[in-house]
Amino acid sequence: MMMRAALLILVASVSLGAQVSFDRILGAPAEPQNWLTYSGNLQSHRYSPLTQVTPANVRNLELAWAFQAMSLEKFEATPLALDGVLFTVQPPNDVVAIDGASGRIFWTYTYRPSQQARPCCGRVNRGLAILGDSLFMGTIDGHLIALDSKSGRELWNVAVAGARPEAGYTITVAPLVVKDTIIVGPAGGDFGVRGFIAAFDPKTGKEIWRFNTIPGPGEPGHETWAGDSWMRGGSAVWTTGSYDPELNLTYWGTGNPGPDFNGDNRAGDNLYSNSVVALDPDTGKLKWHFQFTPHDEFDYDATQVPVLADIELRGRMRKVMLWANRNGYWYVLDRTNGEFLSGKPFTKVTWTTGLDAKGRPENVVRPTAEGTVVFPHFAGATNWYSPSYSPRTGLFYVPAWMDSSANFARRPADYVEGRAFLGAFPTGTTLSINGTQVNRRLPGEGYGAVLALDPRTGQKKWEFTMTDITDAGILTTASDLLFSGGREGFVYALDARSGALLWKAPVAGIVQAAPMTYAMNGRQYVAIAAGNSLYAYALRP
Amino acid sequence: MKATMRFGFSVLLAACCAVTVSAQHGYTRAEVENGARLFQASCATCHGAKGDAVRGVTLLSGQFRRATSDEQLVKIIIEGIAGTSMPPNNYSELEAGMVVAYMRGIAAGDNVVVASGDVARGKTLFDGKGKCGTCHDPTSRMAPSLADVGALRRPLDLEQSVLDPSAELHPDFRFVRVVTRAGAIVTGRLLNQSTFSVQILDSAQQLRAFDKADLREFVIMKTSEMPPARGTLDSQEVADLVAYLTTLRSRR
Repeated sequence: MMMRAALLILVASVSLGAQVSFDRILGAPAEPQNWLTYSGNLQSHRYSPLTQVTPANVRNLELAWAFQAMSLEKFEATPLALDGVLFTVQPPNDVVAIDGASGRIFWTYTYRPSQQARPCCGRVNRGLAILGDSLFMGTIDGHLIALDSKSGRELWNVAVAGARPEAGYTITVAPLVVKDTIIVGPAGGDFGVRGFIAAFDPKTGKEIWRFNTIPGPGEPGHETWAGDSWMRGGSAVWTTGSYDPELNLTYWGTGNPGPDFNGDNRAGDNLYSNSVVALDPDTGKLKWHFQFTPHDEFDYDATQVPVLADIELRGRMRKVMLWANRNGYWYVLDRTNGEFLSGKPFTKVTWTTGLDAKGRPENVVRPTAEGTVVFPHFAGATNWYSPSYSPRTGLFYVPAWMDSSANFARRPADYVEGRAFLGAFPTGTTLSINGTQVNRRLPGEGYGAVLALDPRTGQKKWEFTMTDITDAGILTTASDLLFSGGREGFVYALDARSGALLWKAPVAGIVQAAPMTYAMNGRQYVAIAAGNSLYAYALRP
Repeated sequence: MKATMRFGFSVLLAACCAVTVSAQHGYTRAEVENGARLFQASCATCHGAKGDAVRGVTLLSGQFRRATSDEQLVKIIIEGIAGTSMPPNNYSELEAGMVVAYMRGIAAGDNVVVASGDVARGKTLFDGKGKCGTCHDPTSRMAPSLADVGALRRPLDLEQSVLDPSAELHPDFRFVRVVTRAGAIVTGRLLNQSTFSVQILDSAQQLRAFDKADLREFVIMKTSEMPPARGTLDSQEVADLVAYLTTLRSRR
């Protein structure tokens, strides 16, 4: 196994020093020593072919280095890795190039975002994109910036049109490279923004196309918003999408309609909030959409990473999309046309009695003025935390908040630019979106888990239970290892086939990022941000 | 039933008191209520409904890390705190002032019981028949301090805790029972736990940590250690006791 990994590294090292073409990103699994896009490949598997670390030797992993950010903000970025150099974002928007063997900095690019920026949930950033010799970053004050990957020099810096920080627009998502475009969208769904997905020219930052996640007057879907509610209906974008080169479609999840917890003034389904949209990356035109939670009043954003897999289902190969949603259901969709194939709850769900044959929720509960306890919690049964798909095990791995609930009350929400546009904030929950150092909760008050779901059978294969909830993404590898973390100050490795705990290490902070892996000088490293630091592990030499 | 109604009335009176307190700062009742709405719609997103979800910050306690005056608070609400997660907010000074009025009002005790039970009789019960001080000694490690309970709890909640302590356990005072692999049984107060370990203050008042893998049994108790007053105290005695508890306020 080790030899095979070494061979792969040798073969791939031919590309050393070469620019990162889009073909290389398409063929990312062929150079597993690198990590060229947010989720490892454009199908967003967060799965690595590297096999030096195995279930048999994983207990010999040790800390190779730690990089401590000069920031006390949540560290949510996944690093990119190219030829032994890691590129990541120290929050809020400083880019660092780090030696993958020592953790020492090559260069730092410092960006001071406008004090007008008002991100809902921390001054965070989830990472970079790379194309050619350029790195791309969105900022919390609505800019898109290109840097030279060798020097950190700023190549261009554009204010994304309409992404006004004082109105609550922030860009926290790691951009996605598709062909010769850089695709991003703005967060701000709790501030009454109008979401969009836009593609930019990597050489100039000029906008090439834009898809409004809320259709304007005259566009199909506009009728799903009452009155002028569409103008501030949210449907924000803050988790990186995916790309299928054969179908030439890029897939993105969208966030909640606004105001989050009161739908009185936005009668209708509120398209394309809480949906996955499939876009033509050449034009930005919508090919299909699937809305998970129509007319949402529980903040169940569909801002999850779209996982693309080719699996045998009911006797035939299907191009599917796997999607564990904040609303507590996990879906299998046909990604050629958005057809609903299956949807099952993966935790306690009370906001609906179930899905109909087309995947639409039935008998949806509404918050009352006095308050209604609903499962799952407003932060969701899962959230933006990266899932993983292993083509070897065929399993879909999901970070989950189990048995979580909140008390939702329907109250008036007045729109004022730059202010939270929510209605009443839910109460009655002991779970915090911020994380705590102390946990005295009872199991029924919510707990965290890694779930292994089998898309062929719809069954849960295993569950790794944690006492506290989790904001950690998941990485799997070709040696059937699974890496993740949680809120309790640990990262760990599980057997991807059984869920058995094989290794754990203290990281002295909450893991609210996803792990990745890379290799250099014949050594495989696993890197993950936790607390305010980035940690890299490798086998004891 | 009678007691409940009386307490309901006290809560109403309490709302009046909040206005009185905040009126000293020049706010009307409507403004305070508007402040509550603004707080829940905006501040609570990060700070939580009770203002205590951000580590080290308790907005409804009357104590602030970076401000003492209302003016400083208003400035922070509007401008945010550079270099932290606290963003600027698009509020007018008047609106930010309403949020401050709300926070101050809660901290100053907007639920003072001014009628119903007899405070002196309640104190006698607390010290005597009720034996409350046996556990709720100000230095106790195993029961919550009541030194400020009048500022922290509504009379209705106090009444429920007295009558039925297990109805809602204070999350900081949950008790556990563990059985080690060797068969030793240890009980104590749950201080913290994770997937891999548990930290307790045991019944001998020693801080102890256990690796969960070394335990044969680990149970978080669902009942309070405190004996219920139901059946021991009559409804007038409960009202007296609650009236006394509401006077316990250390902060001023």
